[in-house]
Parts: sequence; C-alpha cells; structure tokens
Amino acid sequence: MRKTLTGVALAAAATIALAQSADAKTLRWAFQGDAQGLDPYGLNETFTLGMLGNVYEGLIRRGPNLDIQPALAERWEILEPTRWRFHLRKGVKFHNGNTFDADDVVFSATRVRADGSDLKTRIRPEVKVVKVDSHTVDFITPGPNPILHSEWATWFIMDKEWTEKNKAVKPASVTAGTENYANFHSNGTGPFMIVERETDVKTVFKPFKGWWDKPQHNVTEAIMTPIGSDATRVAALLSGQVDMAYPVPVQDIKRVNANAGTSVLKGPELRTIYLGFDQGRDELLESNVKGKNPFRDKRVRAAFYHAVDIEAIKKKVMRNLSTPSAIMISPKLFSKSGDFKRHAYDPKKAKSLLSDAGYANGFEVGMDCPNNRYVNDEQICIAVSGMLAKIGVKVKLLAQPKALYFKKVLGPAYNTSFYLLGWTPGSFDSWNVLNNLINCQEKGGRGKFNLGNYCNKTVDGLTDSVLVETDAAKRDGMIADAFKSLHDEFGYIPLHQQGLAWGKSDKVTLAQRADNQFMMFYVNIK
Amino acid sequence: MLAFTINRLAQSLLVMFFVALVAFAMFRYVGDPVHQMVGIETTLEEREALRVELGLNDPFYMQFGRFVGNAIQLDFGISYQHKKPVTEMIVARMPATLELSILSALFALLVGVPMGVYTGLNRDGFLSKCFMTISLIGISLPTFLIGILLIFLFAVILGVLPSFGRGTVIDLGGWRTGLLTIGGLKALIMPAITLGLFQMTLIMRLVRAEMLEVLRTDYIKFARARGLSNSAVNFGHALKNTLVPVITITGLQLGSIIAFAIITETVFQWPGMGLLFLQSIQTVDIPIMAAYLIMIAMFFVVINLIVDMLYYVVDPRLRIERGIRGT
Repeated sequence: MRKTLTGVALAAAATIALAQSADAKTLRWAFQGDAQGLDPYGLNETFTLGMLGNVYEGLIRRGPNLDIQPALAERWEILEPTRWRFHLRKGVKFHNGNTFDADDVVFSATRVRADGSDLKTRIRPEVKVVKVDSHTVDFITPGPNPILHSEWATWFIMDKEWTEKNKAVKPASVTAGTENYANFHSNGTGPFMIVERETDVKTVFKPFKGWWDKPQHNVTEAIMTPIGSDATRVAALLSGQVDMAYPVPVQDIKRVNANAGTSVLKGPELRTIYLGFDQGRDELLESNVKGKNPFRDKRVRAAFYHAVDIEAIKKKVMRNLSTPSAIMISPKLFSKSGDFKRHAYDPKKAKSLLSDAGYANGFEVGMDCPNNRYVNDEQICIAVSGMLAKIGVKVKLLAQPKALYFKKVLGPAYNTSFYLLGWTPGSFDSWNVLNNLINCQEKGGRGKFNLGNYCNKTVDGLTDSVLVETDAAKRDGMIADAFKSLHDEFGYIPLHQQGLAWGKSDKVTLAQRADNQFMMFYVNIK
Repeated sequence: MLAFTINRLAQSLLVMFFVALVAFAMFRYVGDPVHQMVGIETTLEEREALRVELGLNDPFYMQFGRFVGNAIQLDFGISYQHKKPVTEMIVARMPATLELSILSALFALLVGVPMGVYTGLNRDGFLSKCFMTISLIGISLPTFLIGILLIFLFAVILGVLPSFGRGTVIDLGGWRTGLLTIGGLKALIMPAITLGLFQMTLIMRLVRAEMLEVLRTDYIKFARARGLSNSAVNFGHALKNTLVPVITITGLQLGSIIAFAIITETVFQWPGMGLLFLQSIQTVDIPIMAAYLIMIAMFFVVINLIVDMLYYVVDPRLRIERGIRGT
C-alpha cells in the first residue's frame, strides 16, 4: 500500500513539474461564472458565446474594435437585395480533422433554427440557405436586409458529420431527457481546442495546430476557472494564481492597480443601463395615484429625467466607471450618437414640471431593480430614489435577485411601474433596440422588452423602414429620427454604458472588446 | 433491536418526505427558472412553451407527485442549467465536500480536544486565557469573514497557500481526491480551518466544561488518593469519561459541517456540492436544489439513526430495560 501511495505521489509530482515547465506560456484566467454548456446554440449569453468563440468560428468574426472581418467566409457579395452569396474559405479543418465546406454551413443554418436552439434570432426562419457548390452558399431573404450577417460572429459553424456521428444533430435541450454530446464536447474550426472540461471547475484549452489563420498569440495552454465570489477572484489575481480575471468590482479597482504586477483594464461596455416607466396602463400597479397613470403625462417623465443627477451616479456609485448616455444604444454602435445630448440635471425644473402636471406634493411609486445583474444595479436604484425624493416623489424600491426580478417585470406579466434594466443589442445594430425596446408592444412581435409599453406609431413606421433600407446614410438618418422622438418624449431615461473592468497581470497583453468577450487569440504572455 | 431500526427507518422516510414537501413549497418563491435558461432575446412564446414542457405550469400537487415518484427510483431529473442528470452531478461533486468536511471535523477534534483538556486543567493559566479568546473569535466571527481573512493573509500577503480551488486532484476510479498531492493538501488547509473553526471551539468548550465537572467527582478524588500519577488520572480516568458527549456532538455536527460547507465552498471556490447548490439557487435550477436538500436530509437522518443505535449498543441500561419490557 505504501508503495502504491508513493507511486501516486511521484506521478503527481511529475505532473506538477510538467505543468510548471510549460508555465511560461500558460494563461490562467477566471470569470465570475462558467459557460452554461459547450453546445454553441444552447444559450444566447455573452460569456458562453464568448468562451466558445475561441473554439468555434462563424462566417464572419469581430475584430478588437468589433469591426466585421471575414472568417470562415473569405468574402461575400449581395447579388440582388434579397440574395447574399458567401464564398467560403478553402482548406479549413475542424479540430477532428474533418474538412469544412458548404454542407456544414447549410447544416448549421438548420440546427441553429431547430427546436431547443436559443439562437434562433441569428437567421430568421424565412431565410433560405442554398448550397451553390462545395464552397459557395446563398442566403435568400424575403425582403432586403442590410444587417443579415451582423450577428453571425456568434453563429458558429458546426461539423455536420461530427454531430451526426455523435447523435447531436439537434441542439442540447433540457426536455430531451438525455445528455447531448455537443454540450460536453466541442469540435470547431477555431484557434483553440478544449482538451479538458469539468463544469464550474475548470476548462483547459490548447492551441489548434491546424488553424487556418496565422496565430497572433503565444499561448501554449489556457485554463479557465470560474470564481464566483468577488473577493476570492480579486485575491486570486493579486496572489498571482490567475493571470487575468474579470469582472473586477469597481470598489476593488484601486487595490488591483496599487498591487505590484497587476492592473485593471477599463473601457466602456456596449450595454446601456436605463430606467423605464409604465406608460401603458390606465392606472399604475404600484402607486398612490388612483384612476390615472402619471407616467402618461410627458411632464412627469420629464420631471423624473431632470431629477436624475447622472454625474453623481457616475462619480459616487460607478466610481467613474461609466459613460453617461443620451440614447438607448452605445455610441460605438451608432454613427450619429454625437447629435444627442442628455436633458440636463435640473431639480428645480423637475419640481415645477411635476406641479404643472398636478403633483405639487409628489406621489408614491414602486420601483423594480435587480441586485445581482448589472454593475452596482441596486446602488444606482437607491441613488435614483434619493434624487427623486428631492422633488417629492416617494419611491418604494424593490431590489431583488435577477431570478425574482425578471419573473416580475418581464412579459407576459410586465408587473412593474418603474424599473431599471440593461440592454445590449445582439446584432450591434440600432434596429434591434428599436424593435425590442421602443416599438409598441405587439403580441408575438415587436416591443417584447418594452416593459412599460412606450408607444409611438411614427417610430414603429421608421423601424420598419430601417429594417429594409440598404443605404447606410439614409438608414442612420431614420434611426436618428426615431431616437429623436423617444428623446423628446422622455420615453425612457437612458443612464449610462457601464464600464468593463478586467484585471490582469502585467505580463499579459490582450485586446479588450467592448462586447465583454475575451478572445484568447489576442493574448501574449511575457 | 430490529423493530427499533425498522421503526426508525420508517420515521426517516417520513422526515425526508416532509423535507421534500417544504422544499417544493419554497421553490415557488425562488424565481422563474425559465428566464435563467434562455438568452434575453428569446421570445415570450418560446419561454412559455419551455415552461409548459418542463411542467412548471402544472399544479403543485402534480409537480410534487412527479418528483416523489421519480425520487423513489433515485431519478432526480436533468439539471435545467447543465442539461446533465442531477444524480451524476452530485455524485461527482461529493468527494470534494466529503474530504473537506471530514478533514475539518478531524481538525476540530484533534485541536479542540487537547485545547479543552488543557484549559480544563489549567483554568487560570495564561495560555488557557489565550485559547478561550481564540474560541470566542471562532464562535463570533462569521465563516465567510474568517475565510476571506485567511485568504488575504496566507494567499495574498504571504503567498504560501492557494486562494481558491482544490489544487491538483487525482482520479481514483471516480473519486477525485486532493489528499494525495502536495498541491491538493495545501489547498485543503484554509478551507478546512475555516469550516472547522466553529466546531473546534464548540468541542473545546464542551471538553473544558466536562473536564471541570468530572474532576470534581468522587472517583477522581479516589484515584488521586490511591496515588495514581497525574497523567493517569487526567487522561485515563477524567478524559475518558468526558468523551461520551463529545462523540455524540461530533457525530451530529458532522451533518451540519457537510450542510454548512456551502459558505466555505463559495468563499474558496471549492468545487463541492455546496457550491453547486448555491449556484443552483441563483439560477433556480430546481432539480439540483431538490436533490441536494433531500440528500442533506438523508445525511442528517442516517447520522441520527446511527447515533441512536450506538446509544442502544453503548448503554447497557437501555438494553436491559427494553429486554424486560419485551418479555
């Protein structure tokens, strides 16, 4: 017995020594959670797709500045407004050695729209996908769509033969009653392969030698560990047990920077945090105003807007890690965002607007807020409650975990009067924001996440035109018109784009993308 | 004895049934699992369809009946988040929690008992006062705070121990152990101390009180009168007689160590069942929550059963009484 034990210990020591000899180029990084699974169509969520973006690739990809770059498609052309032709890259291999071709693209287009897929929005069901030859695929749309491919950086192409062989033709689904092979194994064309994975414990990546592109990184092995507790994650970074960790809580940024050998990389994220009002109901669910809905009065909405001191929120709550925003989309994603300016902070004006509207003594309203979803979400809500108290509005704040929060405020209940929410358009395009947040609620259609039902038919009309307009300048003009209406009518109170805070060791260089996806193929380790 | 055991087992099943019932009643207030399973752009119709497929719209008694029916066959369903059988996941996470719990229980015993004896024998010694102060800290400071303090002292400032995880583990036929590698053992030190500190102070105070009690009894005075050496009296007679309640408490506390490993596991990102449970609460992963709660209930029930049976074996009076009544 003792002999076997010594043997095991020796073997263990040997593995440790081995691991250390390769240490020079091992990237150890931590995030606050784990990817939900490895099936690329399992969950439409930033971290899951971001991690898989190191393993799988789409027809296009996004560069460090989120610019569209060719990936599995070498180039594409619009033959007619409703027919796009994609010329696929030749000589691309999957990690298992299979060749990538048009069949895989057609297959992936079917699979991503199949039941159980959470990424059905990547390609509308009406779009026909036709193989022209082994390396050419046509996409035929019912109407012109200038942003057809904008979300395809996260529509990952899977190997048809591999999924068939492993009975994973359908996306992983919890109701299937069995495990899906593709949810626990991976086979992409990307720069990294997953060689070991234990859910919630660690995922080990190795570079894929047969990658079609020239690697810009020098990583020989990467280990991702989820660390849920903020303090522990920061401690792991400070003690040098991980080379990169995110997110760093805003209150810890100073300490990470003060520590020798670590620093925080900051930048604006795409997500816009905003406040919304219930403008749909005739009477608010949670208010002492009966028989009418104060938020239907533009003056009340304006009063709320003017009462919010965004600079105070930026300084005190976000510790400067936020960019105040006048519109509902990140300035990075909309060319005309410079034309908009926030309505000024002016509590006096707010108070007079409120008394003009007949609420000289203010009123009471319930507010919904998540407390574990966005950066300092609950603190923002507390700050806003305080600011509104100054103009006489008594806010009854209900801040709760996202599991309870979303159940309350999302459809079909829309059980809220005043709320805080964040939104990143998956397509990186304004149409998504207009359609989901700003259009009138329509059953099964637009306005799904317009929780308070702000409704302006002109904006809806503009949204429809934006969808099919292929001239970029004209299109941006229409988007600006729509945002202008919303801005003038105080339909929402946009607050800010929250900031990214990635902690890293000084020996690591990397590219921080504003979509908060960490791409290991931009990493270099000294 | 057999009747006693069967009686006890029947009671245990009843306890577990009620735990399941209470747990299920609570799940309604944890949130909506469906919103945690899909991305933000998934339509309301698809969300609703998923809810129907998962049977979440069924009345409470149907959901509960289905769960009990499956649980009897040891089938706890598929995790909403991980899309993997729950039983498999819990079994895979169990070694981490058990190793941590047993080690912290050992730590509590091996440190707590000697400290208790020492403070019992030298009530006014300087060292005793120190021990009592430490024990006060152990009882009053919350676990997560102790964990974070330890991390900052030993991982960040001194850099001698890993701040998170299990270190290097070796797979012994499904049981992944951290006990056979230096890295694994190093990773165990802080979590085990954090988890065991409260139990250690508890045991120390218990042993001290028992020692003070026993040292006053006649047979100790008699032993001293016989001229036995101090160590023979203190350890051979006094300590031995204090151990019965200590063993009982330790046995019962083992259940709570396993159950309360949740906080320690979260602080140290220890990949055990507790961490799994906590994450499942955040994502409203009902199958995992249900299975975990039932399993913890079972641990408590089994440990209690063993303790009860040990009483029966250890205490002759209990046996005779029952024997007489039986005839």
